[in-house]
Amino acid sequence: MDEALPRALTPTVIGVLVRRGADFATAEDAVQDALLEAVRTWPHDPPRDPQGWLVTVAWRRFLDATRADTSRRQREIRVESEPAPGPGQTVDDTLQLYFLCAHPSLTPTSAVALTLRALGGLTTRQIAHAYLVPEATMAQRISRAKRTLSGVRFHQPGDAATVLRVLYLVFNEGYSGDVDLASEAIRLTRQLAAGIDHEEVAGLLALMLLHHARRPARTGPDGGIIPLAEQDRGLWDTRMITEGVDVLQRALTRDRLGQFQAQAAIAALHADAPTAEETDWTQIVEWYDELVRLTDNPVARLNRAVAVGEADGPRVGLAALAELDPSLPRHTAAAAYLHERDGDPVTAARLYAEAARSAPNLAERDHLTRQAARLNTRLRG
Amino acid sequence: MAKYLLLKHYRGAPTPDNDVPMDQWTPQEISAHVQYMQDFADRLQGTGEFVDSQALSPEGTFVRYDGEGRPPVTDGPFAETKDLIAGWMVIDVDTHERALELAGELSAAPGAGGRPVHEWLEVRPFLTQPPTITE
Repeated sequence: MDEALPRALTPTVIGVLVRRGADFATAEDAVQDALLEAVRTWPHDPPRDPQGWLVTVAWRRFLDATRADTSRRQREIRVESEPAPGPGQTVDDTLQLYFLCAHPSLTPTSAVALTLRALGGLTTRQIAHAYLVPEATMAQRISRAKRTLSGVRFHQPGDAATVLRVLYLVFNEGYSGDVDLASEAIRLTRQLAAGIDHEEVAGLLALMLLHHARRPARTGPDGGIIPLAEQDRGLWDTRMITEGVDVLQRALTRDRLGQFQAQAAIAALHADAPTAEETDWTQIVEWYDELVRLTDNPVARLNRAVAVGEADGPRVGLAALAELDPSLPRHTAAAAYLHERDGDPVTAARLYAEAARSAPNLAERDHLTRQAARLNTRLRG
Repeated sequence: MAKYLLLKHYRGAPTPDNDVPMDQWTPQEISAHVQYMQDFADRLQGTGEFVDSQALSPEGTFVRYDGEGRPPVTDGPFAETKDLIAGWMVIDVDTHERALELAGELSAAPGAGGRPVHEWLEVRPFLTQPPTITE
């Protein structure tokens, strides 16, 4: 059985149930039950109409749950009637679901969990695995999120920016365990982009594709980080890069620049360089200028300083870096890199070792320690 | 089965024999060390004795309650004399001897010059659930 199929139908089926009068929280649970049932029975008994099957089973589960829940007030739904959803509303329902799951009243962690379940069709166990928390904890997070949303109407306009933040978070989590969150984020963003005409949705999709295309080259056989300049560009997924560039170019023609388009443009310029030496750093600095103007984000300023170091020489980069808060994440690592480019391996080695001590994850810590070791070995030899 | 915590210290443990900071190793020596640790964890997963392994940032903060309606008091980081945990591995093994044996193997991870670090690891048994049958 294609496991992706029932998952892909999840938001549509939730939409159908809500349209028939189910509340979102119960509908979402019912669809999750139906999905588990599908995974169990479809391999030996595949349905002719998968969506119809899921709707029927989920609706039955919903009715069971509602009837069993006698202590609650009588729900105002016509229990046995099964009105067909009107045509053309599927996309609309799915969009509403994106807005709901990223509702501003939710914390980012809750919004991420709910998005993966209600839109991604992942089970609570899979989401728990991916975020390395116990299943009971994740289940609690999801049901609390649904309680928070209980007063929110399903069909109300939402803000694309909140949805994009959630999808960006999912993508950046990468992959651990059996769920590839990066691919899942791309799938969900692609689905969103198909339903909504918004230049930043396209920008985020392009950004994800352009970064994902480099994934096979980003880590060595031992799991260590391989920096962009040292990556085997033959391992980059050129089809994905082409798609990312196309999506970005269409978005840019609308002339409504946003942070995701700017970030995607930077990624596209890297993807476009046949070798690291041929990278168009001048244009990359210009895009960082745009990004800083759009977001005033200190991390963007830090990355800009490194790009300036490549475009105008390490001294100029170090001068740009000196204007930034030294407690910024990766500030010391950037300084180490620029000092090495400036021909000062002693300072660079010291700073790499210092940066390793404050690295936010093991892979970066190992990478920075290795950089220090590389320079120290050379200095001894 | 009994669970044991194998604790690795940044500071506070006795000094190992092969005490060279990692940034003074060669990159190949670092790779060999990382590989050894990975192989060790993989092997314990294979034997059904691995539970969890995590590394901690050296930066931490002490926090305590400071009374109703007041923000908690924070303190630290502290001077070099304080004990500082770097990370741990949790194992679930049949005997105390097995826990010591595995800690010994972990401590044999290669370091500078390709020689074992001989790092001191702290082995701490978990306090368990009381047994059902006590007499």
